[in-house]
Amino acid sequence: MNFPILILHASGTNRDAEAARACELAGGAPQIVHINQLRAGAYRLSDFEMLVLPGGFSYGDALGAGVRQALDLRVFFNDQLQEFNASGKRVLGICNGFQTLVKAGVLPGARTDVGTGHTQHATRNMTLTHNTSGHFECRWVHLAVEPSAQADFLAPIDDLIFCPVAHGEGNFQVTESATLSQLKQDGLIAFRYVDANGAPAAGRYPLNPNGSVADIAGICNPAGNIIGLMPHPEDHIDPIQNPLGGKGRLGLALFRAMIAGQ
Amino acid sequence: MYRTLRIEISPHEDGGDPRLAAASQRLGVDTLRNCRKSQIYFLTSHSGETFSTERIDRLCAFLLADPVTETALVIDLSRDEPAADGHVIEVALRPGVTDMAARELERGAAELGIRGIEAATATRYELLGDLSTHDLHRLAQGLFCNDTIEQYSLGPIAPQFGSHSDAQNRVEQIPLSGLDEEALLACSQERMLSLDAQEMKEIQSFYDEISRAPTDVELETLAQTWSEHCVHKTFKSWIAFHQQTPDGRAKSVQEIRELLRTYIQAATEKVNRPWVRSAFVDNAGIIEFDDEFDLAFKVETHNHPSALEPFGGANTGIGGVVRDIIGVSARPIACTDVLCFGPQDLPQAELPPGILHPARVQEGVVAGIGDYGNKLGLPTVNGAVVYDDGYLGNPLVFCGAVGLLPKGAHPTEPQPGDRVVVLGGRTGRDGIHGATFSSAELTQSTHMESGSAVQIGDPITEKGLIELVEAARDEKLYTAITDCGAGGLSSAVGEMGKALGVDVELQNVPLKYPGLTPWEIWLSEAQERMVLAVPPAHLPRLQELADLWDVEMRNLGHFSDDGWLRVRYGRRAVAELPMAFLHDGLPRPLRVAHYQEQQPTRSAARMPSDPGHMLLRMLSYPSVASKEQIVRTYDHEVRGGTLVRPFTGPQMDGPADAAVLKPLGAWRHDQAIALSVGINPLLGKRDPYAMAVSAIDEAFRNAVAVGADPDRIALLDNFCWGNPTLPDRLGTLVRACQGCFDGAIAYHAPFISGKDSLYNEFDGQPIPGTLLISALGIVPDMRRTCTSHLKRSGNRLYLLGETRYELGGSLFNHLAGVDGGEPPLMPDEPLARYRALHAAIRTGLVQSCHDLSEGGLAVALAEMCIGGRLGAAVDIASIAQDVRLVESSPFPVTTTDHRPLATSHWFSLFSESNGRLLLEVAPEDADTLEERFAGLPLTPLGVVMETAQLVVKHSEQRLVDLSVTELVSAWKGEIVNDASRT
Repeated sequence: MNFPILILHASGTNRDAEAARACELAGGAPQIVHINQLRAGAYRLSDFEMLVLPGGFSYGDALGAGVRQALDLRVFFNDQLQEFNASGKRVLGICNGFQTLVKAGVLPGARTDVGTGHTQHATRNMTLTHNTSGHFECRWVHLAVEPSAQADFLAPIDDLIFCPVAHGEGNFQVTESATLSQLKQDGLIAFRYVDANGAPAAGRYPLNPNGSVADIAGICNPAGNIIGLMPHPEDHIDPIQNPLGGKGRLGLALFRAMIAGQ
Repeated sequence: MYRTLRIEISPHEDGGDPRLAAASQRLGVDTLRNCRKSQIYFLTSHSGETFSTERIDRLCAFLLADPVTETALVIDLSRDEPAADGHVIEVALRPGVTDMAARELERGAAELGIRGIEAATATRYELLGDLSTHDLHRLAQGLFCNDTIEQYSLGPIAPQFGSHSDAQNRVEQIPLSGLDEEALLACSQERMLSLDAQEMKEIQSFYDEISRAPTDVELETLAQTWSEHCVHKTFKSWIAFHQQTPDGRAKSVQEIRELLRTYIQAATEKVNRPWVRSAFVDNAGIIEFDDEFDLAFKVETHNHPSALEPFGGANTGIGGVVRDIIGVSARPIACTDVLCFGPQDLPQAELPPGILHPARVQEGVVAGIGDYGNKLGLPTVNGAVVYDDGYLGNPLVFCGAVGLLPKGAHPTEPQPGDRVVVLGGRTGRDGIHGATFSSAELTQSTHMESGSAVQIGDPITEKGLIELVEAARDEKLYTAITDCGAGGLSSAVGEMGKALGVDVELQNVPLKYPGLTPWEIWLSEAQERMVLAVPPAHLPRLQELADLWDVEMRNLGHFSDDGWLRVRYGRRAVAELPMAFLHDGLPRPLRVAHYQEQQPTRSAARMPSDPGHMLLRMLSYPSVASKEQIVRTYDHEVRGGTLVRPFTGPQMDGPADAAVLKPLGAWRHDQAIALSVGINPLLGKRDPYAMAVSAIDEAFRNAVAVGADPDRIALLDNFCWGNPTLPDRLGTLVRACQGCFDGAIAYHAPFISGKDSLYNEFDGQPIPGTLLISALGIVPDMRRTCTSHLKRSGNRLYLLGETRYELGGSLFNHLAGVDGGEPPLMPDEPLARYRALHAAIRTGLVQSCHDLSEGGLAVALAEMCIGGRLGAAVDIASIAQDVRLVESSPFPVTTTDHRPLATSHWFSLFSESNGRLLLEVAPEDADTLEERFAGLPLTPLGVVMETAQLVVKHSEQRLVDLSVTELVSAWKGEIVNDASRT
């Protein structure tokens, strides 16, 4: 099966090789491509069936998590990305990749005006900001797929996902409660933090490790082909990685769901 | 249309930092009510081009202000002034200090079409409360601003753009001829050369012979190359070692021809393990991993920089050790850190002038390590944190890194004609004199004088270096590689060209800003640089790869074949030295060492009355207590190969003995690696020899405990000591080295790399001599590892190893105020028990396994209960029988109430004898286990209980009876929920 997947590497990306391994185990054919190669035209997004923005600290997150990489997406790849998106191909942003997609306005992407025009920038009404603990934190969390998620390829994931978070800016926040209601109504919530039995974390630390509103760990776009999440499913693709020793709840399930049926 | 802008980014809501109130109270400021923090960006146009409002709005929206959480306020400084009312402190980096945010803003602005600008940053604190100007200065100096790298202003700060001075090409001649010893020493001190009289005379006579004066470039090059930091003079000196009996009579005099050769390298040679690939000759030690890869391991210290600027010091400490790994052509895969700090609760009034509070040091160091390791994508998986009054003025920061390299992939022979290529960061006036600075003692005024020796790291540039060097290695583009560390280019280029000679042009070195003199360029320790020897034909391909990975590359010159170091500045020779003098001209120092043996027993003391109470005190003792608050801020999962983590058990908070890692790229087989440490300065104060053998045993048994093969464990030594020119300091160092030799031989474990950091003193007070042993072991089967938490009620508990009357230097003696006592020495035939244990782990017989270290049996049992949230019922009667008197040593302590029987309980519970571990075994496997350990010291102790209660008895006498909840709350220092009782 040849299912080419582009794993985008910008300066400071660091979970690209793990993401590639997860894609490979799930049956894909991943290739790590540097953003400079993409800019130079050595590769095009359209050469690939799926795009992964992996974790790390793109450009050191020096101006905020994912901000500089988001600018790259807007300035250099706006058209390519719109075309890729319009063709319904799947995009996965993990951790820094998720932050990048949100800050570039690709997620949740209800707007159609993703672009460099200066009038459109103020419309973003959700963000990923500093953890309420005020610092970077690494720990394992449980995730549940939101049943109403527009990303219907998630539906076959019938178990929780157990995997680590490792971030300082994973706190999902919205400008006002109406934004949250809209997210729910539109089916744009993809993952939530839960306890080991699947009950809502209800904001309790450390089940919800960063203070995210409504325990939101990941979201998707209205078309359901783009998802992003803070935790790292690529770090639990083999039961031997499970700190509690169980066999199930693999993050690999997410990669399988995204790659299968394509 | 703007010229110079100030953009203030404020959060909509700022809950304030809860730690701030406590920290300001520590400084004696009780009236700080709240603090609002904003980020400030300054922009100026060099080209004279101005920025339109529209462009600045885009810049703010796309790069600076998050629309959900922040607001931007733009002020044109040529027209308006920023608000100055209220209590305001603004802090900015000093010019020349690495400022990643400013750099990324310039790059981001260019993407938005705003070019030719320069950016700078600052932080604004708006404080609420009844605060005097004096209070504000105290808060600024004590909390917000570190004078070493930053400056502050009460009120709006002026923008700090990069330093721009006129180009300097001044080269001084330093006349040495005819100077007497005093004048030579004065010259050494004035230029911060850290050269002694003998060394200065050697240089003087060399230049007398060639009838000229040295240039500043030459003199500085010699000082760096001959520094303790670079050449390890003490470990290569000849030492007259005088030993005295406890009552001060001369016992023996021994001539030691080089500590390194006599004790460390000799052990490695004698042990002669075939899997050692490279020991002591390169930037890191290398051992065999599998049939495809080798492993590299290195641990460095960054003590003095961390004392002055904790964040930057620790940050660049990680950066430096990771470059050591890149410098053996390996891909870094993990980090370790071991930290020694002063007491965190030290009252401000007791803080000596000229040093930072230990809490501020810890906060900065931990943040610095996390920042660099996390951003490089390296899991920080193993370490320790130790607290002692002795580290108050001179903390210790050990940074380790492990790397993976294909066999035979590390070239080490530059060829004449190869180009000298520097990759990575630009060179600035930063970190100058780092090597000589680390070879001098700290004093109250060091932070004023040596600020330039400290720098903040840039992990993203280093990440590019990792990727670039790996690609260049795989394409075989270079013939030699080294990192630019202490001594900067002078050291890196001088060392690489040692056998050939080298000719470099300093004007080719890319600079952060103009104005550096030639010697500053040559010595700068600017971070994130590697030097490669590259055949000319490979330059174009290397340049392509450098462009791909966004790494700057420059060609400085070439390797020659005449054995001379030639450094030019605009073609003018500014240094011409024969490599032979540079590398072999250093006179071999002769040193004197004194060691007075300790009295075997000292005072008797009042024994505490309740072992349970003592156990709780131990669990909450800072060096033993949970380090979760620190470790969770490090990414220990990245690369997806952490199989035994820093924490274990159902709540994922019990302490692990060591880390087990599966390197990414090597999943096709079941081998993995183990990383562990051994360190015990408390014991070192009692007996440095015992500290050394105990640290080796601790690192070794920790690695075996998680599944490492005891016949595949390599060791690293890191000595942190005081001034070695003082005979008492050197005497304890010699004893520690002797312990290292004996330990390595007993465990058949080779040293593969090591480092010494000497002159760790503050105002004449040395730190406790501290030896860190780090172990790198091979785990043959990643599916047969072991963790420390109790697994299942009904399982049996065994103690492996003999318990001796060894409380000397123990945590028990420290807390009980007991002086003296026998220190723990080498167990009998340690390797036999570890081999048996390993075989048992490999066959799946051992359910859990935990080593006994500080606090002995009691703490180890408690930690197993904490991790598993299960109880244990243990009877120590069989140990008490087994407690072995050390030959010819009288019983060292007596109780005030003369209960000799009871004292043996204290030893059973708290003795820190080496070679001991606790094992948990399923009842059906108990017989098999006992058979496997026939002839070895294995003692049945008790059982694991469902009731979360730790009960330790001696026959019918109940010594400890504590709930696991009590243990957890003592160890974690927090109120915990009572889930463990259910």
